[in-house]
Amino acid sequence: MNLEKVIFGFFIVFAATLNFGFVIGEIDNPEHHMVYELFAAIVVNLIATILKFGDRTQVGAVHLATSLVADLQLIAAAMVWAYANHLAGGGITAQQMASVVSLAGGALFANAVSVILLIGETLMLRR
Amino acid sequence: MIGPGNSILFLILRRMRAPLIALVLIYAVSMLGLVFIPGVGAEGAPAPPMGFFHALYFVSYTATTIGFGEIPSAFSEAQRLWTIVIVYLAVLGWTYTVLTLLALIQDRGFQDALRAIRFRQKVRGLREPFYLVCGCGDTGKQILTALDRLDCPAVALEIQEGRVHELELMDLRRDALALIADARSPAVLQMAGIDHPQCRGVIAVTNDDQANLAVAMTAHLLNPQVQVLARTATVRVTENLVSIGTEQIVNPFEKFADYLVLAMREPGCYRLIDWLIGVPGARLKPEQTPPRGDWVICGYGRFGRAIESRLRQEKVSVRVVEPRIDESGNRDTTVGAGTERQILEGAGIHLAEGLVIATDDDIANLAIAVTAREVNPDLFVVIRQNSAANQVLFEAFDADLVMQPSEIIARACLAQLTTPLLTRFLQHVKRQRDHWADNVILRLRDRIGEATPLTWDVRVDTAEAEAIVPGLRSQPASVRLDDLLHDPRHRRESLHCEALLLLRAGKETVLPAHETTLLEGDQLLFAGSAGARRLQRMILQDANVLSYVQTGRDVPGGWVWRWLGRGRARGGAPASGSGA
Repeated sequence: MNLEKVIFGFFIVFAATLNFGFVIGEIDNPEHHMVYELFAAIVVNLIATILKFGDRTQVGAVHLATSLVADLQLIAAAMVWAYANHLAGGGITAQQMASVVSLAGGALFANAVSVILLIGETLMLRR
Repeated sequence: MIGPGNSILFLILRRMRAPLIALVLIYAVSMLGLVFIPGVGAEGAPAPPMGFFHALYFVSYTATTIGFGEIPSAFSEAQRLWTIVIVYLAVLGWTYTVLTLLALIQDRGFQDALRAIRFRQKVRGLREPFYLVCGCGDTGKQILTALDRLDCPAVALEIQEGRVHELELMDLRRDALALIADARSPAVLQMAGIDHPQCRGVIAVTNDDQANLAVAMTAHLLNPQVQVLARTATVRVTENLVSIGTEQIVNPFEKFADYLVLAMREPGCYRLIDWLIGVPGARLKPEQTPPRGDWVICGYGRFGRAIESRLRQEKVSVRVVEPRIDESGNRDTTVGAGTERQILEGAGIHLAEGLVIATDDDIANLAIAVTAREVNPDLFVVIRQNSAANQVLFEAFDADLVMQPSEIIARACLAQLTTPLLTRFLQHVKRQRDHWADNVILRLRDRIGEATPLTWDVRVDTAEAEAIVPGLRSQPASVRLDDLLHDPRHRRESLHCEALLLLRAGKETVLPAHETTLLEGDQLLFAGSAGARRLQRMILQDANVLSYVQTGRDVPGGWVWRWLGRGRARGGAPASGSGA
C-alpha cells in the first residue's frame, strides 16, 4: 500500500462527496444547502489541485485540468453567494441560491470526471 | 537532470506542493474558527459570529501581516484569542512558503534545469546554419573563435563547468551557446540541436576518444546528412569512425608526423601547406628543413611512436629516451628521464641532428629542450606543447617546430568545414615536388602578400553566381576565370586573390589557367584577402559589374551605377589595392 496513493485518492473522492452533499436538495431553497459544506468543498478541492501539480503523464494532465475546472466553478459559486449575502443586501433570494447551486453542480460534474479517471487508473494498474 | 518535456512553471509548482497545501489548510482552519466564534454587540451582548465573507477578508489582511484592525466591529474576547492563533499560524505558513521558494531558486539542480531549458529554447530558435562543437578544451576554443570570426553561429557542449565560464569571458562577437553537459548522452545532443534542420556540422573534439565516437555515432543515426568531424588518437576508435562514414578523422599525432616527414622531404610543400592553413593573422614562415641525420625522441607515448615509425620509414636512424621500460624490447631505447643530462648524452644527443620532445608534460618538455640545447646548440628541436596556457614559455624558448595537438586539430577541422576544396588542394600539394611548391608560393606572394590568405569556395550555380549562370546558358564560354580575378572598380587592376583549384565533373585542375572558360556546376577554390572576396562576390552576383569587368563599358543598369561611374571619371584613377 502506497501512502501517497491513499492521500491522493482520499482528497479526490472527498472533494467529490462534499460537492455532492452541497448540491443535493431543492435547487432554490437555502435551507437545503449548507454554506459550511461549500467552504469545505472549496478547501478540499484546492488541496486536491495542489496534489496534482507536476504529474507529467497524460492522465495527470487531465486530472489537473478537471480539478482546475472544479475550483473555478466552486469559487464562482462562493462569489455569487458572497455577493447575494453582503453586497446586494436583504439576504439570499431563491434565484441567487439556484445559481450558486447550479455552479456547484457544474463543479460536481468535473469532480465526477476526476473520480472516474482515478478509478480507471486504478483498474489499469491492477496486478 | 529533468526531462525535456518540462516547463519552468510546472517544475516550481511540483516543488511548492507542501507549502501551498499548508497555506490552504491554515487559511481554512482560521476562517472556520471565525465563522463559529460568537462576536460581541454594542452593549456587551453576544452577537452572531462572522460570515465566511468577512472571515476571508479578516484572515487575508491578518495573514499577510497588513493588519487593518478589528473590522467590521470590535471583537469579542473569544475572537481575539482565536486571532492570536491565526497570526502565528499564518506567519509560519507564509515564512515556510517563501523560504521554500528561495531555496528552490538557489538550488543547483533547479538552476541547471533552468539553464538547460533556456539553452534548448535558444538552440531551437536558431534560424541560420550552425555548427555543434562537443568539447571546449584548447581545440574547441580555437574552433569556436574561428567560427565566430567567420560569423557562423556555434553551439558548444562541455562537461567541465570551468571551461564554460572561460568561454563566457572570451572575446567573441556573439555569445556562444554553451551548456555544461555530457556529450555522450543522445538526449543532450538532441537538446544541442544535432537533428536540427539548420545543423551543418558536428565537431567532436573532446579529450575522450570514446565520447567522440559516441557523438559521431549519434550524429550518424539521428541526422545522416550532417557533416561529422572527430578527433581521435587510438587506432580502434579510428576504425570505428571510418566504418560509420565520419568525414574527417583527425589524429593530431599522425598528422604532425606526416608534416614533419613532408618538411624533411619537400620543405617547400610543407611551407605552402603551413601558410594556407595558418590561423588568421599569421604570416608566411621562412623555409625550414629538418635534417636527415640522427634523431633522438624523448617520450615514447602515442606521439613518440607516430614520429618514430614515420622517421624509420624514411630510413632515418632514431633513438628513443623513455623513463618506463619498453615491453616491446626495442634495441634503440635508452631508459631514463630525458631531463637528465647523462641520459641525453647516453642517447647520443651531442652527435644527433634532430630532437623530438614528445612527453605529455609541458614543463618536462621545456626542461629537456633547454638541457639538450646546452649540450648541442645546433640541434633541430621539435617540441610538443600540450596546453595553450603555456604559449609564452614556448615562444620564449623558440623551438624550430612546435607541435600543438589542439592547434593541428582545430586547423584541420576548420579547413574541412569552411572550404572542403582546400583539403583536396592540400592532398595534391603533398604529392608535389619542392620546386613546384616554391613556384606556387612565389606566384601567390606576388598577388596576395605574405599574410595567411583567406580561402573560399565558389560554386558556379544560380545561388552563388546569379550574374554568370544565365549568360553561360545562352552563350557558352562567355565567362573566363580571368573575369573573376579583376577589380570591379577599375578593371585593369587585379584582385588580391588567386584560383588554386578547379573541380569540374569530378576532375581536379590545380592552379587553373586564367583563360579557362567557366561552365555551370564548376567549383573553384580561391585564396586571397577578405576584401578581394567581397569584390569578387559583386562580380558573381551583379550582371552589370560582370559586364564592366569583361568589356570596360559600364552598362547603365540604374542611376546608382551611373552616379558611381560619374564619380570615378571625375576622381581620376583612385589608389590601387583598396580592396584589401
